[in-house]
Amino acid sequence: MSVLALLFLIAALGLIGWVVARARAIRFRSATTRRFSSLPQHHGWYVAMWTLLPALVFLAVWHSVAPALVTDAVLATPPAAALPPPGLDRAAILSEARNLANGDAWGAFHPLSERLAPAYASAQSRFDWIATTIALLLAFSGGAVAFLRVRPGFSARSQVERVVMGLLLFASLIAILTTIGIVASLLVESARFFRIVPITQFLFGTHWSPQVIDARNPGASLGAVPLFWGTFFIGAIIAMAVAVPLGLMSAIYLTQYAQQTTRRWMKPILEVLAGVPTVVYGYFAALTVAPAVRDLGVALGVRWASSESALAAGVVMGVMIIPFVSSMADDSLSAVPASMRDGSLAMGATSSETIRRVLVPAALPGVVGGVLLAVSRAIGETMIVVMAASGVAALTLNPFASTTTVTKQIVDLLTGEAEFDSAKTLAAFALGLTLFVITLLLNVVALIVVRRYREAYE
Amino acid sequence: MSNAAPKMTASGVNVFYGRKQAIRDVSIDVRREDVTAFIGPSGCGKSTFLRTLNRMNDTIPGARVEGDIRLDGEDIYAKAMDVVQLRARVGMVFQKPNPFPKSIFENVAYGPRIHGLARSKADLAQIVERSLTRAGLWAEVKDRLSDSGTALSGGQQQRLCIARAIAVDPEVILMDEPCSALDPIATAKIEELIHELRGRYAIVIVTHNMQQAARVSQRTAFFHLGQLVEYGDTSDIFTNPRQDRTKDYITGRYG
Amino acid sequence: MNKRAAPVARQPTDWQTPAMQRHVRRRYAAERRFRLLGLAAVCASAAFLFYLLATMIAQGASGFTETRLALPLDLRGHVTVTRAQLNGAAADLALAGAGLENAVDAAADRAFPAQGGEALLSDGAWLRVRDAIKRHPRLLATPVTIPVPVATDIDMAYKGIGTPESEAAVAALGTHLSRGLNVSFFTGADATDPTRAGIWGALKGSLLTMLVTLALAFPIGVLSALYLEEYAPRNRWTDLIEVSINNLAAVPSIIFGLLGLAVFLGTFHMPRSGAIVGGLTLALMTMPVIVIAGRNAITAVPPSIRDAARALGASPIQVVFHHVLPLALPGILTGTIIGMARALGETAPLLMIGMRAFIAAPPGRLTDPATVLPVQIFLWSDDVQTGFVEKTSAAIIVLLVVLLAMNGLAIYLRNRFETRWK
Repeated sequence: MSVLALLFLIAALGLIGWVVARARAIRFRSATTRRFSSLPQHHGWYVAMWTLLPALVFLAVWHSVAPALVTDAVLATPPAAALPPPGLDRAAILSEARNLANGDAWGAFHPLSERLAPAYASAQSRFDWIATTIALLLAFSGGAVAFLRVRPGFSARSQVERVVMGLLLFASLIAILTTIGIVASLLVESARFFRIVPITQFLFGTHWSPQVIDARNPGASLGAVPLFWGTFFIGAIIAMAVAVPLGLMSAIYLTQYAQQTTRRWMKPILEVLAGVPTVVYGYFAALTVAPAVRDLGVALGVRWASSESALAAGVVMGVMIIPFVSSMADDSLSAVPASMRDGSLAMGATSSETIRRVLVPAALPGVVGGVLLAVSRAIGETMIVVMAASGVAALTLNPFASTTTVTKQIVDLLTGEAEFDSAKTLAAFALGLTLFVITLLLNVVALIVVRRYREAYE
Repeated sequence: MSNAAPKMTASGVNVFYGRKQAIRDVSIDVRREDVTAFIGPSGCGKSTFLRTLNRMNDTIPGARVEGDIRLDGEDIYAKAMDVVQLRARVGMVFQKPNPFPKSIFENVAYGPRIHGLARSKADLAQIVERSLTRAGLWAEVKDRLSDSGTALSGGQQQRLCIARAIAVDPEVILMDEPCSALDPIATAKIEELIHELRGRYAIVIVTHNMQQAARVSQRTAFFHLGQLVEYGDTSDIFTNPRQDRTKDYITGRYG
Repeated sequence: MNKRAAPVARQPTDWQTPAMQRHVRRRYAAERRFRLLGLAAVCASAAFLFYLLATMIAQGASGFTETRLALPLDLRGHVTVTRAQLNGAAADLALAGAGLENAVDAAADRAFPAQGGEALLSDGAWLRVRDAIKRHPRLLATPVTIPVPVATDIDMAYKGIGTPESEAAVAALGTHLSRGLNVSFFTGADATDPTRAGIWGALKGSLLTMLVTLALAFPIGVLSALYLEEYAPRNRWTDLIEVSINNLAAVPSIIFGLLGLAVFLGTFHMPRSGAIVGGLTLALMTMPVIVIAGRNAITAVPPSIRDAARALGASPIQVVFHHVLPLALPGILTGTIIGMARALGETAPLLMIGMRAFIAAPPGRLTDPATVLPVQIFLWSDDVQTGFVEKTSAAIIVLLVVLLAMNGLAIYLRNRFETRWK
């Protein structure tokens, strides 16, 4: 029986349980004039719950252990004795046999797989039947026990609500699990990396060229300082030089000057700018902006004008960040009490004087917090630099020269053919950890700054 | 004294917010030498009318003012009237103290700076000192001029705002319930200050506190439902109101 | 005027002096400059957007069309299949086995030997002939002329960006060439020949991935939002959950890719490149967005509604599921759509979990190797063949249209259903 059919069957059992229990509750309610704490449908849900939950939990557990059980059973059959010792070949034959048994493949490279396939098929169907039987038994008995408890005095509602509550709590714990997953996976892989390459060499080394790694001293070509500089140069300097003035002035214009109609049109346009996928920006940067920047560099007489310049990636990234800065600035400006503005205007200040001398200074902490968040976003941005920046790590101040970033290197390191635990792939996790820590710090600092600022005006 | 030309005259003023009419046909003279109080129940339009006197209503989208308001005979709603200069001549103090989040010195220096009133740094310092002195705040803050204006107490903040208004040498000072957010002691100080400023500036004060109006003003205008019900010498309004509505309000029948 | 005299001696300001008037004029000029600067900033952002869109449309519009060559064919004697073979599922196999591809190539060699013969044809040309034969089996029995897609260099030259040789070939072919809607762009999957490449494979991958994302992120996000807003006690655990969610919303997307690589592929050995892994990864990324939007929508429901329900004796669960959730739902849906749109445009984390493979067949199941539209765009953008430039831009247009539609739907929902509480 396929998994889907089984699930349907269990669901059907649950539905039957719901209907029957509800009918029973309706009957005993109509027999008396007493008031009950639970409605008929609560009894229905109670029974349905007990029908579904044990069976589903069992199936979930079963699915994570079943493949191992099946493989063990196959290995116990006579043809399996001919298998090579544990290793790549053995795994390949087994997986081929499994594919044959499942009907995912039509022919086999290894004759042994064809002989193993029937064993696989029979073991699988045997275990499937066992699972199906247990699941259905669980569903039925769970439902039956629950049904027996459906009596006038029984508070089905509180039982159902307790389970719903548990479900809610579980859902909100997923966020913590994810965070733990991120931190743990980054830490574990990074720890393995730092056993190969000393952490100081990674953090303070100034030479980065993972293409040629000396096996005896892998750290010599895995010094990440050029990446940190490139990331900072593109994300925090060039991108912000574009995004902060444009974003701030846009926010000022839209909130302080623009007519209602202008605002109604321009705000969505800025939002569209934020909604364009980064891969599109990356393509645009690589195809249109980068050549233009290189030509500009050549025209200006820059010797190392690259078509993968920091400037092209940074400018496009800056444009992408404009709406973000603008909306943060918008929030901060509108958080400044109107009385400040009135106070200044009432003294005969012009709008621009009020904005420059009162509103912006008053909103500054909020704006600064917003810019920090924008920086965090820019340095974590991947596709623009993957497509428009170069892969060559260089410590340079020249915006027309090629520069690489942390995110670009993560992608480059992990999309090769290297095996999973070489120094190269592990380095990607160390870079990921660094990126995670830095963006986390930026976010925390920004949130503290913004919160302080909000509190100042409450 | 009272036969000199009025400082400000308003005649036939109507104010609309969108479709809603907030002020109906109000005519009033503001005398040069007196403190004029606007009283009335909340929502009667007294604050709205006050804000027409220095065109602060311009900053509210959808607000529209009809009628004629003159400062020294000049139509302040005329095309040729420069709002920036008008507001420098007609200063305003708000209901809630609203010092800028800058130092005490910078708060007071702000006006003179933007209007270019100071000829030198020393001059600016002198303007600041004089304004703070007049606002009765100098003695309390002279040692901490670089502290933030928001660090002062509520009453001090309000006097700072008055000092800030004085610093641009206005001819009229509008006060929109300047004591409503303050405690009685701070209120007493502000009232004292109003007494001292009287004569140097024409002062218009909106208040919901009738005792305050009686204490500080020479002229009182009673507003109700956007209309000017009665306007006259304060002593007459409080002792011998001509209109029943005024009498009811003053004796506490409603409000 | 003695400014050093006692403070009281200062003269009232005379606003009419020329110096004062000049000062005021300067201030107004500064005001105008500042205002213009603001307008310029807004216009610059808008101009960039329009330039980007215009570039994509200018480059991508031709990607939706293909150049066809009217190919004279006489298949009699070259391709022999029985009537019976042409009916039913095995027709494709039968025609391929009968050497149709070679026959079509040979026909091109015969008809246009000087211009390049079979090199004129797209890799997919014989498939067009095959489909035509399946519809009209009598084509096998008579000489016919069938328009078939041409090779990419001819296609490019016909669209105006060719090499001298291909330009010459186009000139020589003259009226044999025509232009038509490139249907296979919408129905095909990735291919090495740009004239055969289509987006359906990637689009279907995106669809499957989004299905997984939605199925996981929406319920989990909504339930967490409800828990945090309505039930969570104020304690350290709750704070931890909140901090986690707020941080996850700001974690760079590529980090989620690393998580997916290490946990889903590394630890759980889920199928590499599968839509299910992509969906899981994006779900973790989208969930915080939904939680945050959900919480905003839930707090916007006024407490008076909860009080009213509680006063009638509703249990906490009933209060929330009967009153709060339905009222907050439009806001939650808006947030969900926006989060899904973001996930749909996401590329970087999917590169990490191997969804960048060359996928020539649309995925049928969640575990099949798949790619998604943004990754397809990335892959095509890297391709050196000029034919892929217009395909990349065309795919971008499709992606942008889908995203725009989703955001439009979100805005519509917000305006249509969201109650404004006082």
